[in-house]
Amino acid sequence: MTRFAAGILAAVLALAAQAGAPKVKIERGEACVAPVAEMRRDHMKMLFHQRDRTLRQGVRAPRFSLKGCVDCHASEKTGSVLGQDGFCSSCHEYAAVKIDCFECHTPQRAVRTAGKP
Amino acid sequence: MNPERRQLLAWGAAAAAGAMLAPGLRLVELAQARSPEEAASKLQRWGLLIDIAKCGECDACVTACHEENGVTSRGRPTTDPQWIRKVSLADRQTGYVQTLPLMCQHCEHPPCVDVCPTGASFKRADGIVLVDKHTCIGCRYCVMACPYAARSFVHEATSGQKPDVPRGKGTVESCTLCVHRVDRGDTPACVVACNRDGGRAMAFGDLNDKGGVLYQRLRDEPSSQIRADLALNTGVRYQGL
Repeated sequence: MTRFAAGILAAVLALAAQAGAPKVKIERGEACVAPVAEMRRDHMKMLFHQRDRTLRQGVRAPRFSLKGCVDCHASEKTGSVLGQDGFCSSCHEYAAVKIDCFECHTPQRAVRTAGKP
Repeated sequence: MNPERRQLLAWGAAAAAGAMLAPGLRLVELAQARSPEEAASKLQRWGLLIDIAKCGECDACVTACHEENGVTSRGRPTTDPQWIRKVSLADRQTGYVQTLPLMCQHCEHPPCVDVCPTGASFKRADGIVLVDKHTCIGCRYCVMACPYAARSFVHEATSGQKPDVPRGKGTVESCTLCVHRVDRGDTPACVVACNRDGGRAMAFGDLNDKGGVLYQRLRDEPSSQIRADLALNTGVRYQGL
């Protein structure tokens, strides 16, 4: 009986979790720079390594750059990765992760301007 | 030689002549841009040469810098960040006034790097002095150490940053020599603006490149460093000071 109750409880919890889980919108591109499972687990490590290489050594390979993330994943509507359905914020809010990337970096996709200096 | 081949060679020669306007002056810079995967190299040392005789009343360099880097003013001169500013020098006896743009001098021995307690202030291999805002704690020792007052503290929350130029409250910032442009083989925004809208007083180049315009001008013409007595060996040099 207890096992049955535990089973029911687990199923209910799983359903509840499913219902509250964020729906991450992928706006652009066929595939990410790494498999989805790896990106979910390790994207912060990739960004961390890339930031030091870019800033300190001037290596600007686009593969793991934050700018690259924003360029692909910013919402087509708002042009941002933040906001209610923003690519970054939807998951981070659900997981109660407070990142400060966007205190300094722009969450907006670059607007291409031709002919500017 | 058949006529087609002769024509082809002629076109090739014409194209080469177009790319090379005069000795040392090229429309297309050769072999300057490195690939994005390649790190900055010690073989280069980026610098500026500013001819004050040609620097007039305009502030094209200041406007272009702040536009390029998303540095916005809130109308509070005491706390607004300044990456570059126009300085006027007046001779007390004669009243003769000169103006010059002053920004981070990208020293070979930067005092800001010496005093930084976290290692946030650093010099890149190619001589560009930068702040790593990920490790900057906003102590402002570097602001006090810089003899050129080139560093600014960001007092207020920022918004509308440029994708290539992150800026944030509580960190120190200064001229980056437009490092994001230099990394893709471009010239800093101030130099572009000065040559387009200003007095054509500013030149950018590699102080180590013996074939480069900057090296040759520094070798053949008189130039000086501001506060040369401090022996910081600045990357920004002036003429007519």
